[in-house]
Amino acid sequence: MTPLRIVTAPACPLPMANVDTDQLIPARFMSRPRSAGYGDFLLYDLRFGPDGEKLADFPLNDPARQGAQVLVARRNFGSGSSREAAAYALVDYGFRCVIAPSFGDIFSSNAVNNGLLPARMAEAEVEALLAWLDNGGREVTVDLETCRVTAGNQSWDFAIDPVWRTKLLNGWSDVDLTLSRADEIAAFAQGDRTRRPWAWLDGR
Amino acid sequence: MGGKAPRALFDKVWDPHVVLTREDGQALLWIDRHFFHEGSHHAFNQLKARGASVAYPSQNIGVADHYVPTRGRGGAIADPAIARMVAQLSDNAAQHGLRLFDLASPGQGIVHVVGPEQGLTLPGLAIVCGDSHTSTHGAFGAIAFGIGASEVAHVLMTQTLWQRKPKRMRIRVDGALGTGIGAKDIALSIIARIGTDGAQGHAVEYAGSAVRGLSMEGRLTLCNLSIEGGARCGMVAPDRTTVDFIRGRPFAPQGPAFDRAAEAWLALPGDADAAFDREVALDAGEIAPIVTWGVSPEDALPVTATLPDPTRAADPAKAAQIRDGLDYMGLHPGQKLTDVAVDRVFIGSCTNSRIEDLRSAAAVLAGRKARVPGLVSPGSTPVKRQAEQEGLDRIFRDAGLDWVESGCSMCVGMNGDLLAPGERCASTTNRNFKGRQGKGSRTHLMSPAMAAAAAVTGHLTDVRELLKDRAS
Ligand code: SF4
Repeated sequence: MTPLRIVTAPACPLPMANVDTDQLIPARFMSRPRSAGYGDFLLYDLRFGPDGEKLADFPLNDPARQGAQVLVARRNFGSGSSREAAAYALVDYGFRCVIAPSFGDIFSSNAVNNGLLPARMAEAEVEALLAWLDNGGREVTVDLETCRVTAGNQSWDFAIDPVWRTKLLNGWSDVDLTLSRADEIAAFAQGDRTRRPWAWLDGR
Repeated sequence: MGGKAPRALFDKVWDPHVVLTREDGQALLWIDRHFFHEGSHHAFNQLKARGASVAYPSQNIGVADHYVPTRGRGGAIADPAIARMVAQLSDNAAQHGLRLFDLASPGQGIVHVVGPEQGLTLPGLAIVCGDSHTSTHGAFGAIAFGIGASEVAHVLMTQTLWQRKPKRMRIRVDGALGTGIGAKDIALSIIARIGTDGAQGHAVEYAGSAVRGLSMEGRLTLCNLSIEGGARCGMVAPDRTTVDFIRGRPFAPQGPAFDRAAEAWLALPGDADAAFDREVALDAGEIAPIVTWGVSPEDALPVTATLPDPTRAADPAKAAQIRDGLDYMGLHPGQKLTDVAVDRVFIGSCTNSRIEDLRSAAAVLAGRKARVPGLVSPGSTPVKRQAEQEGLDRIFRDAGLDWVESGCSMCVGMNGDLLAPGERCASTTNRNFKGRQGKGSRTHLMSPAMAAAAAVTGHLTDVRELLKDRAS
């Protein structure tokens, strides 16, 4: 995964609460392979009308927000279904960071596993950032080293689990690390078969 | 592990699963059961890309549910895209030598119904699945949570996951539930109280006399909806009800092994003085039949209520949410919920498709006709058979509802069981999100008894009215 340190790019406001993963990527698009790309389907039913026409008043369709890499939303972003395709859609569209007061737990870990930063910021500060964007503000800087968001002459702290921060900064994925501990896992498993034989299914 | 500090149920289940702890606090957690469904193709592709194999095949179990057709079983699947999703699951399971409940299996059903029913779900286990409603299995006193595709791949390759221990929250429900009121009403009341993000970052333990009094079916419904309150997982401490439910199930330990296991399970309930980061308490006697009116499960009200008015909301964000919900649902402020007419009913999904759910819907429908069309999809093929033995299928059919095969069906519509744009559905599912049951669909969540009542009258209805003349 690409390490993420600092993003300076246009931001797109999405002044909605509870943007769930069903909205981020409707279920009907989820059967395609990852390699085919998911960016076109991001927020599909909010972005496009019944005949596939772009809805002019949806922020993502605003010409001024093209090239956005930072999405700013209200509370409980990414709640609902565990579909990692929600993170694929955001990443494939070009987003590297989502700023919101709170996130669905499963979405957050999916985001981090795809190099996408879920940055938690206080509700009032998110509102201030949304207002700044609404007033014509465009480019923001998200600095993962210092955990600061800067927009014009305003700047705020954001929160992220320190373990996730390290993962994102280095572009690490868990699997290699875990596989390097395979011996410890095997020893654990062997002991577990005697400690909790009822938990094992082989032979059943 | 061990130590002297009092431990909650969650700690007692968590501790024996810790393979190792990193200095940054992350624990490598052993996973006892991993369930996978058609959506696992992304994860299996990650294995393929690495040329990796499944580390502990016996502990990974596949179930065909998300895309399976609910009609015309036995023949080939007509829709090629759906057929491909189901075939892909079989191929991946076969290639890695993993147990699979496929369409032809007599145990087929929705993954969160199959696990408990087959005795695969047990107390004290760590259970994951690439599906957020994995929280369901916590009803047995297991730690069970949904994961994304990258984590699914991680579990397949290592049978472990890196996790940070969540905070602990206890939700107590004490007292007696009224007639016609069940676990779904408790769960929606909780979500209405705490909000859809109210339990974020927390492992929830449900306690109190009303929870103790629930059957396993009811506890499964309650834990199923934990995720709609944002919880990492939801649990109920194992007791005699739990042990009795498991005894004799196909994959449960048998004979003396069962007795030894049961002893271990019954030692899992938390210490009396265990501390919780947060406590919430509800009075069961105050819980009414609940329906949702908006596009988030927290938009839930007693069916006797009227719709909220955004101009009276406390803050602009809340006002916007109410306006957006009413607008999408085609409703207006001040409208009585019982005046809302529905076009269709759906009884099914991992939330409410077990035998007890079907019985409670049938009790309302018996001898009555549905005014609107509807679909009843049992949670599994064994549930379907059992319901047919009890004659419940006749009650549904005689009322005019369709009695179909088991699958996720209209909960998510991946198999083509969809609402038309603008259609309004009284649904026993778990998500009233925009477009969840099809583009433009309008979902009202409620219990099976309440959905049956809506079928009978054609509008949202207080089921207690329809139960008055019935002996219970
Ligand atoms: S029934 Fe619905 S919520 Fe349950 S597993 Fe299937 S899609 Fe998920």
